[in-house]
Amino acid sequence: MSATIGAPRRSARLRGTAFKVLLLSCIGISAAMLGTLLIKMGVEGVGQISPSFITDYASFVADKAGIRAALLGTLWLMAVCAAFIIPVGVATAVYLEEYADDSRWWNRAIEVNIQNLAAVPSIVYGILGLAFLVRGPFGVGQVVLAGGLTLGLLVLPVVIITGREAIRAVPPSIREGSMALGATQWQTIWRQVLPAAIPGIATGLILALSRAIGETAPLIMVGAATFVAFDPSLNSTFTALPIQIFDWISRPSNSVNDYASLAAGGIVVLMILLLAMNAVAIWLRNRYEQKW
Amino acid sequence: MTQSRPSPSESTFDVGAVALEGTPSPRPVKPDRNAIFELEGVNVAYSGKPAVRDITFDVAANEITALIGPSGCGKSTLLRCLNRMNDLVPGATVEGRIEYHGQDVYGAGIDPVEVRKRIGMVFQKPNPFPKSIYDNVAFGPRVLGMKGDMDELVEEALKRAALWDDVKDRLKDNAFGMSGGQQQRLCIARALATGPDVILMDEPCSALDPISTGKIEDLMMELRESYAIVIVTHNMQQAARVSDMTAFFTVELEEGGGNRTGRVVEFDETERIFTNPGDPRTEAYVTGKVG
Amino acid sequence: MEVLSSTTTRAAPVFGVARRRRSEDAIRVGLLLAALVSVLTTTGIVISLAREAIGFFADVGIGEFLFGTDWSPIIKPQSFGVLPLVGGTFLITGIALLVAIPLGLGSAIYLSEYAGPRTRRRVKPVLELLAGVPTIVFGFFAIVFFTPTVLVDLLGMDLNLFNALSAGIVMGFMVMPTIASVSEDAMSAVPASLREGAFGLGASRVQTSLRVVFPAALSGIVASIVLGASRAVGETMIVLIAAGQVAALTADVRDPMYTMTSFIAAIGKGDVATGTTQYKTIFAVGALLFAITLVMNLISIRFVRKYRQVYE
Repeated sequence: MSATIGAPRRSARLRGTAFKVLLLSCIGISAAMLGTLLIKMGVEGVGQISPSFITDYASFVADKAGIRAALLGTLWLMAVCAAFIIPVGVATAVYLEEYADDSRWWNRAIEVNIQNLAAVPSIVYGILGLAFLVRGPFGVGQVVLAGGLTLGLLVLPVVIITGREAIRAVPPSIREGSMALGATQWQTIWRQVLPAAIPGIATGLILALSRAIGETAPLIMVGAATFVAFDPSLNSTFTALPIQIFDWISRPSNSVNDYASLAAGGIVVLMILLLAMNAVAIWLRNRYEQKW
Repeated sequence: MTQSRPSPSESTFDVGAVALEGTPSPRPVKPDRNAIFELEGVNVAYSGKPAVRDITFDVAANEITALIGPSGCGKSTLLRCLNRMNDLVPGATVEGRIEYHGQDVYGAGIDPVEVRKRIGMVFQKPNPFPKSIYDNVAFGPRVLGMKGDMDELVEEALKRAALWDDVKDRLKDNAFGMSGGQQQRLCIARALATGPDVILMDEPCSALDPISTGKIEDLMMELRESYAIVIVTHNMQQAARVSDMTAFFTVELEEGGGNRTGRVVEFDETERIFTNPGDPRTEAYVTGKVG
Repeated sequence: MEVLSSTTTRAAPVFGVARRRRSEDAIRVGLLLAALVSVLTTTGIVISLAREAIGFFADVGIGEFLFGTDWSPIIKPQSFGVLPLVGGTFLITGIALLVAIPLGLGSAIYLSEYAGPRTRRRVKPVLELLAGVPTIVFGFFAIVFFTPTVLVDLLGMDLNLFNALSAGIVMGFMVMPTIASVSEDAMSAVPASLREGAFGLGASRVQTSLRVVFPAALSGIVASIVLGASRAVGETMIVLIAAGQVAALTADVRDPMYTMTSFIAAIGKGDVATGTTQYKTIFAVGALLFAITLVMNLISIRFVRKYRQVYE
């Protein structure tokens, strides 16, 4: 029993410590899971990484298989995706932040709609792409363009939401100073607001592409092929890293063909790409962040 | 440089009379005054609630006109009407006559952007753009499509703002690297670059230290040679120091308490406002009896 | 120099007569059109799902679909009761939440109430990384490590390589960052004055966290859980890889089972001809999936708005 005022009783102290340990273990378990996952993937897959892995096409003979078509396909998909989401996403963010009058119901409806789209399952976007882009009214077929646009629609809400935050962070005094000089609203946006918001917008763009690069389900629905032995282009059928990985996962490994290791190798390449993108995003944020 | 002021006997103002509530004092007659802005019976309301009522005064070239009065009496609101910056506030309405060189600023078909090209504005907190010093000054001329040698234009504007010597070797540096006083002078240079003939200043020194304030006040006296200046200020001594004409605002509370509306009680030569004001409310304010 | 001001009054009209700034209006219209892309997306989703789903329900009664317990759309005798898929979805989602809620809330409470800036700087990237791992990696991890090594070797369980338990647990780790970050947001938004009031009364940090901060942030926490559940319901690759492809209405987590999402993906993988009943099942199940997640998302948005309102 403590004799001094203010010193907590042992039971209370124990409870406090136990609680803190419990909470920390939540973080610890999650971190351990992440660590185990990364290590397991690394161990299984690192052995596969070699120049021939990158330059070879897929093959039924596991030793000869490579990710060339898949890697090129992924890069093509990211290019189409970015070409779509940058203008549409930034324009939407500018409209909602600088032009839209909140008292009008249709502007509020656009906002709620975007929030909803951000949480629609990715496979539903795949169904949309299948029904409208691959078949249906646009009917371009199971090509890179359809895949890229489907991914673009999926991650567009990310670009819009982060773009809005970046634009909102530009202080009103900058806009006032510009307007007072006789600049029009668009001149102010184009020459002051957007340039100041670019670091934030770029970070959001990288976030969106990081999400898109790992998505498999929409590409399955849009008909990404699993055996592509040529370099893809905008109008050709295609494969992508996640699809190729999925194909290797789906094949049972045996003593002759170790598909599991191939899958792990593909995963390692995918994770390296992701880490590189995130490193760029962090660098951008640190270098260009504007403190007003 | 001193400016001659008319002797009190030239004024038509009767020292003994008490101004009727709401009636603006008759303007002093000075033959060589060159009015650029004329305001009469101006009312400004936000979403129907009046902010200022029945404003009447004028702004003349080569003069500094000060708008003084307690907080919340609509001085800044009124100032922003002169260059239609109030248009940016949703629900703002303006009635009455505001004429700039004889043209109604709020006339049908007048583009606010055109208005702002002719009238410069400096804000309370210096707001330089996150660009280089050069690009800050060049921004106005660039967006307005002004032709000519940009380097010369920037140099001229910075010289007129008494900033050239400080920055001539570092024009490409970011404007944010300057001190508060320098930033404000940059904002003044930026406003001068578009070639206005009136400069509106909304409490330009309230965010600055005394030394920077002094420099800006000196600058204002220099600028008076070429421009008309309207300054909103809380600092009575500043108004007494620099201005030629002063408009004293007061605020009226609606019966039932609620809405505060600003009005001009007295508009006269500064010296008279501060030494011999006509209205007791003016006298109470300038002698510090009320805040 | 003529460019800068003069002091003479200009006699000519001072302002140009305002031309309708046509280019400004055109720009505004262009930006609005861009914003309408998002509206068109939702319209497209709804139309594409509804059109084929309605055709499906013309062939197969909606009652049989929603309440039937036998799902066999390809193998004869055909049967189109969707409950096995729905059951699989919610069973695996339930397992995932059992993992994600304690881990997520525990992390959130620690970050919000206990962690100093250095700890936060170290923990936040872990959560962000976890949130950024592609789901296909989680799925692969489940079948090459979690099932064989953890469940079978370590815990001695007797189950199929493809089972609901493994998929559910791994999915829990995928969902956990969502719950953690939205809950932490909500708890951080609780004003310091509430905590100070509790400390001032002599409450311990445990008591303050659980009895003051947690209830105050409750609507945000509920929102995070609903959002996490919505993500679990909509997730495809983890279940496609790790939970197998058997449509059976069962509560035995050691069994393989389809979910709504993995079924759609399995059908989508094959080349299904437009207009066939198989093709239409994609849209019927997809419509059900969309409806369920839409309701969950709207509920979650409602709760987020509630907690933002209170403190803003």
